[in-house]
Amino acid sequence: MLTRRAIILAVLLAAALVLLPLVGDRYVVSVVTTVLWFAYLGQAWNVMMGFAGLLSLGHALYVGLGAYVAGALYLYAGVVPWVGMAAAMAAAAAAGGFIGVLGFRFRVKGVHFALLTIAFAEVARIAFDHLTFLGGSGGFFLPAHDPGMADDLLNLRGSPVMFYYVILALTVGALALARGLLHSRLGYQWLAIREEPDAAEASGINLFRLRMLAVLISSALAALGGVFQTFYFSTLFPEQVFSMGRSIEIILPAIVGGTGTLFGPILGAFILTPLGELLTFVVDQAGMDAPGMKQLFYGAALVAIVVFRPDGVWPWLADRLGLVRRRGEDE
Amino acid sequence: MAALLSVSNLSKRFRGLKAVSDVSFEVPAGAIVALIGPNGAGKTTTFNLIAGVFPPDEGAVVLDGRPITGFRPDQACAAGIGRTFQIVKPFGELSVEENVLVGALAREKSLAAARSHARTVLRRLDLDGMAQRPARSLTLPDRKRLEVARALATRPTLLLLDEVLAGLRPTEVDQMVEVLRDLNRREGLTILMIEHVMRAVMALSDHVVVLEHGEKIADGTPAAVVADPRVIHSYLGAEDV
Repeated sequence: MLTRRAIILAVLLAAALVLLPLVGDRYVVSVVTTVLWFAYLGQAWNVMMGFAGLLSLGHALYVGLGAYVAGALYLYAGVVPWVGMAAAMAAAAAAGGFIGVLGFRFRVKGVHFALLTIAFAEVARIAFDHLTFLGGSGGFFLPAHDPGMADDLLNLRGSPVMFYYVILALTVGALALARGLLHSRLGYQWLAIREEPDAAEASGINLFRLRMLAVLISSALAALGGVFQTFYFSTLFPEQVFSMGRSIEIILPAIVGGTGTLFGPILGAFILTPLGELLTFVVDQAGMDAPGMKQLFYGAALVAIVVFRPDGVWPWLADRLGLVRRRGEDE
Repeated sequence: MAALLSVSNLSKRFRGLKAVSDVSFEVPAGAIVALIGPNGAGKTTTFNLIAGVFPPDEGAVVLDGRPITGFRPDQACAAGIGRTFQIVKPFGELSVEENVLVGALAREKSLAAARSHARTVLRRLDLDGMAQRPARSLTLPDRKRLEVARALATRPTLLLLDEVLAGLRPTEVDQMVEVLRDLNRREGLTILMIEHVMRAVMALSDHVVVLEHGEKIADGTPAAVVADPRVIHSYLGAEDV
């Protein structure tokens, strides 16, 4: 349960985020857009790992599929992204469903299930490298937005500020959805599966069906993040979109913030992305050519979290700042 | 009394090793039946065959006239079987109340109804004082009670208890025996229990089934079973007879 202090803080933070483009410069807006994008994707990943206990290390697959499907529909068939996103989510859910059926029917568990998710993301990366009609390894491009034109929300062509508000809405929506799921019958049954599958099954829970639901919802949500990516960046390269590195970038905020918590992915993204940006900036300013610095930093951040705050930063911070009532205190 | 559970000619092999071999017995409705035998006798395997953890190689399980052989655990639960685990399996990060809530959700679609049922069960097992504590923080005796509470919350017609008294102190054994007897007498709950604590077996059960090396070697009233030479031999060894 959140305390009053937490609710006040949340309202202030929400207000700050809504007002940010009015006061912040372009750079700040673009950094926070990236922050929110990773917060959103972390929330999607969290449904599988944090709620149902299914480790996916290949979430770039679903993001990438969503990105390419919506992008291709828009470029070649003129389908507006708000319609294309349905196809994007369906495509990603189909891929997730296929991996789920393979994994759960053949009882591929834990680390081996995670390897399965990596394998499919890698297959997609190589396949999209060779899909020439989608640009192959040379990349897929949407026509750039003419800065002189007004924002076109229907076609998602517009200014960075428009995209900022779109991803803010998506992130808030994902948070609300995750909260609703977590506090539902489904949510409790997922947590039971995460904690003790055998006891969950003995409590009448159909493991296959509920695990499939987690994968379908998580992959479809991730695909929506992919649609945003296509229209915001206007460029897609299989080497980036489907890379192992991207999958890791997606899961790190959730792990750093707190796997299985609602605010963990958001907090984690707000910690990691700006620090990563700062590092890139400092390295650039110093005139160093060190392309692996960000990865090195993420690695160090992960080690620090695993060693010092294995539950993530959020549970600790929330307790320190008095944002949640401790278990056992009156509701 | 009609049989609520009927197990016939149940057999299970693990890589050629016969864990359970041609075991048949019945649990009458409203009865407490104890399943006893030395370690490795096939008691837990028999439980797992009834509760659907794995299907038997041969034989049939019938609950209340309905065949449930080869059901998955969730289907067995839906059919009316509640079970505890010998090595307790609490949902560690969830609160005690949430653990029992998950059990209650097996029958209740509504969260509010399930929560209210869970609270009733918590009071019943004297766990209401620690309802908001994370399950992982509980001591072993409390975890054992939580196992029973979670299974009970699924509203079973047959409760399978796998050594819920092992590791408890004598006073805790007496408390649990009292709770189980009360559930059986007042609510007519049928219980099949694996148990090593003979004092509890003698106090609680109407009927005892004895397994050894996967086979049934005796089946009768507690008094008759403990007087059975084969049972004495199996439990105490030949030199003590």
